[in-house]
Amino acid sequence: MVVSRSFTDRMVDWLIAVLLLAVGVTTLLPLFNTLAISLSDKAAVSGGQVGFWPVGFTLNSYDYILRDEKFWRAFGVSLLRVGLGGALNFGLAVLTAFPLSRSLRAFPERNLLMWVFVFGMILNVGIVPWYLTISSYGLIDSLWALVLPGAVPIWNVVILMNFFRSLPRELDEAARIDGANPWQLLWQIYLPTSLPALATITLFSLVGHWNSFFDGLILMNNPDNYPLQTYIQQLVIADRPALHGGQAQLLALLSNNTLNAAKLFVAILPILLVYPLLQRYFVRGILLGAVKE
Amino acid sequence: MFKGTDRFAYWLMVLPGLLLLLAFTFVPLAYSAIAFQKFNPALGLQGSPWVGLDNLLYMFGLRDARQVLANTVFIAAMKMILVLFTAVSFALLLNEVRFLGVRRAIQTMVYLPHFLSWVILAGILRTILARDGLVNDLLGYFGVAPIYFLGQPAVFPWVIILSDVWKEFGFEAIVYLAALTGIDPTLYEVAELDGATRLQKMRYVSLPAIAPVIVLVGCLSIGNVLNAGFDQIFNLYSPIVYSSGDILDTYVYRIGLIQGQYSLGTAVGLFKTVVALGLIGISYWAASRYANYRIF
Repeated sequence: MVVSRSFTDRMVDWLIAVLLLAVGVTTLLPLFNTLAISLSDKAAVSGGQVGFWPVGFTLNSYDYILRDEKFWRAFGVSLLRVGLGGALNFGLAVLTAFPLSRSLRAFPERNLLMWVFVFGMILNVGIVPWYLTISSYGLIDSLWALVLPGAVPIWNVVILMNFFRSLPRELDEAARIDGANPWQLLWQIYLPTSLPALATITLFSLVGHWNSFFDGLILMNNPDNYPLQTYIQQLVIADRPALHGGQAQLLALLSNNTLNAAKLFVAILPILLVYPLLQRYFVRGILLGAVKE
Repeated sequence: MFKGTDRFAYWLMVLPGLLLLLAFTFVPLAYSAIAFQKFNPALGLQGSPWVGLDNLLYMFGLRDARQVLANTVFIAAMKMILVLFTAVSFALLLNEVRFLGVRRAIQTMVYLPHFLSWVILAGILRTILARDGLVNDLLGYFGVAPIYFLGQPAVFPWVIILSDVWKEFGFEAIVYLAALTGIDPTLYEVAELDGATRLQKMRYVSLPAIAPVIVLVGCLSIGNVLNAGFDQIFNLYSPIVYSSGDILDTYVYRIGLIQGQYSLGTAVGLFKTVVALGLIGISYWAASRYANYRIF
């Protein structure tokens, strides 16, 4: 059926589209500003001349970062935690979600365990006992401190478990008749059919690891062990005296603005690189978590 | 069909996760006992003297603790309301955009801040909100005197609230967009035949379709009333704005880990944990009662 649409109607279509495009661009303007500052001449930045386009274009800041050993060490720590933490999250999510997706008849303790995990998820113990516990395990200044405490991604477990449950039972039964044991069932049937859900939860945890800074801040005493976000936090934010710095201090800070902007941007780059994937799978993940059969 | 060996295998699979949960969630819970002690790290959990409810009573008497609680609830509640309102409005408008490419482009732009950490976004915000930053430059064109966005107690909470809206509204809109996509197109066609205007279609077709999702999101957010966003505030605040910007989590961090008052920090944290558990209980109950929600 075609309802002929009036001229004003189509005008309103365009108006809304243009309005929302403007909203979208506005959302990104702060990032453009940072990028422009990172590519600008120091003097122009101090003079407050830089908007969304570099003034006195230069790659000096990036050149400096390339040779900045501390930056790359922190970058390396971040890569390590993303790799190790992501692998742990993946393995534990799969191993935990699968048994919990079984029927009550097959795994009678399933409901009890589910409640234990969900309780563990909503229970948010304070930061002090959390710190004291990890410190009592002797994990301070160890990479394990950044990956073990959050190694069981319970929300991901819930998403994955719900996904497993939504798969047709026939898959299960056919494999059973062929004599498959639970490990084979998980490995040969469930994992291959759950790739989109697995991609989703994996991206969740990779981005989470890349972005977290606070555990690095309190669990690493030696700044050499800081992951990138913690390193940047210390550099760009914590070391900045509030509004009452002396004039000399203030000038030094201003000249650092280009460099800091460049560091921020390099830290954003990995996210931008995987952004197409993120957009696709995160959206799916949100819906997997929110909408169930 | 259901063999004992299978059950054993299931237990084996769950075990690593269960042990880690025990070590990093339930052991800290046991450590929370220091809220009832005068904890001394040298003496440990066993050796430190017990003081009963002293820390909790002391906490309730502290004026900053009450201020901090008020700040937390205010910031968290305003964030929820404004993010929800913005996300719903955005989703309703985006649903009106008929050009698929344009729609995708808009989504690509507004989702991005969600994926960036507050460290990065705070670095960016500090730059654009500075005295000589982008925002003050812009206000200057309109003759507005420079505003110290991050240095004025009256302004600071709104910077926090609005920057959170900026980061999250697009992403929050996803669930509403999904509900809107699920609407049967014939509903719109019937409404058109009845002479409904665009606004009427939004009001009587689109909005009712997402109403259940709004109720669900609203119910679930009750559990977050004490979470005003540690990462964000930690990276944007300073002592000048503690009066309006300090929240429970930042307060606990400072008194517990920076000042080393382990017991007091734990007491405040435990208070938050217990109240939050109650709130989450209420939110799940409300979500299952009014929106048919179950976690599993």
